Amino acid sequence: MNASIRSASPSRLALLLASLALAAAGARAESPVQIRDGYATLAGATPQAARGQQFFTSRHGADWSCSSCHGAVPTATGKHAVTGKPIQPLAPAFNAERFRTPAKVEKWFRRNCNDVLGRECTAAEKADVLAWLLTLKP
Amino acid sequence: MNHSFPFVLLLLAGAVAAADTTSSARAKRPPPPPVYLEECTGCHAAYLPRMLPAASWQRLLGGLPTHFGVDASLDAATLAAFRPWLLDNAGDAQRFPVAPEQDRITRAQWFTRQHHGIKPATWQRPAIGSKSNCGACHGQADQGKYGEHDVHIPK
Repeated sequence: MNASIRSASPSRLALLLASLALAAAGARAESPVQIRDGYATLAGATPQAARGQQFFTSRHGADWSCSSCHGAVPTATGKHAVTGKPIQPLAPAFNAERFRTPAKVEKWFRRNCNDVLGRECTAAEKADVLAWLLTLKP
Repeated sequence: MNHSFPFVLLLLAGAVAAADTTSSARAKRPPPPPVYLEECTGCHAAYLPRMLPAASWQRLLGGLPTHFGVDASLDAATLAAFRPWLLDNAGDAQRFPVAPEQDRITRAQWFTRQHHGIKPATWQRPAIGSKSNCGACHGQADQGKYGEHDVHIPK
């Protein structure tokens, strides 16, 4: 019973996220706070910035962490771990373009979580990370 | 000596013809579609179609979820928006008798030839770090421009 619930929830999540993405099909701009709250609602939990920082800087048993490309505190320009290309700051207070388009945010979480964790991130993990990024101020 | 004047004229005519061909060929090259710049330059420079043969581009686009060890997956509609540009303008068979090893631009003969003067220690400078970090030296690589006058090698 538990197993079936566990296996069903990711697909339900995917459905919810897909509808979120559809809602944003016109590349409608949102604020990083709205996007964080969207993930928190999906997760059904209050985001925790400290947990987000831990998640962001941890290697999760493999080679890379989010910090590998974005820096330990992503308020400055990072560097792509493979190509060396500079990566503009990720924290919204340091880069107004970050976390504005839900579909774009979803795309990068999907790719980068797969690179770092070998799976997609949960809504709770995304909410935590964004909660932490939102605490970073100039 | 007798022949030198007509010979020089001939050379000049040839040079003008060559320049014409080159500039018109350049003018005909379609610029990178905005969707390509948006999707691909998050991680690397705007590599140009002619930097690889069509067969390499096909393999790379078919394997984006495991793109040189990184998930670069794209949805089908986005991919379809720039795939024809890459394939239609890819390097021809004369330029690529064989595809570069692992379909890497940095393993292409033209790349080695164009960068033969760059010492290994230069590639390893912190501001460069990788042969795929085109933008370190080619200031407009993000727009797909690699003209020699834009080159500045960081110390």
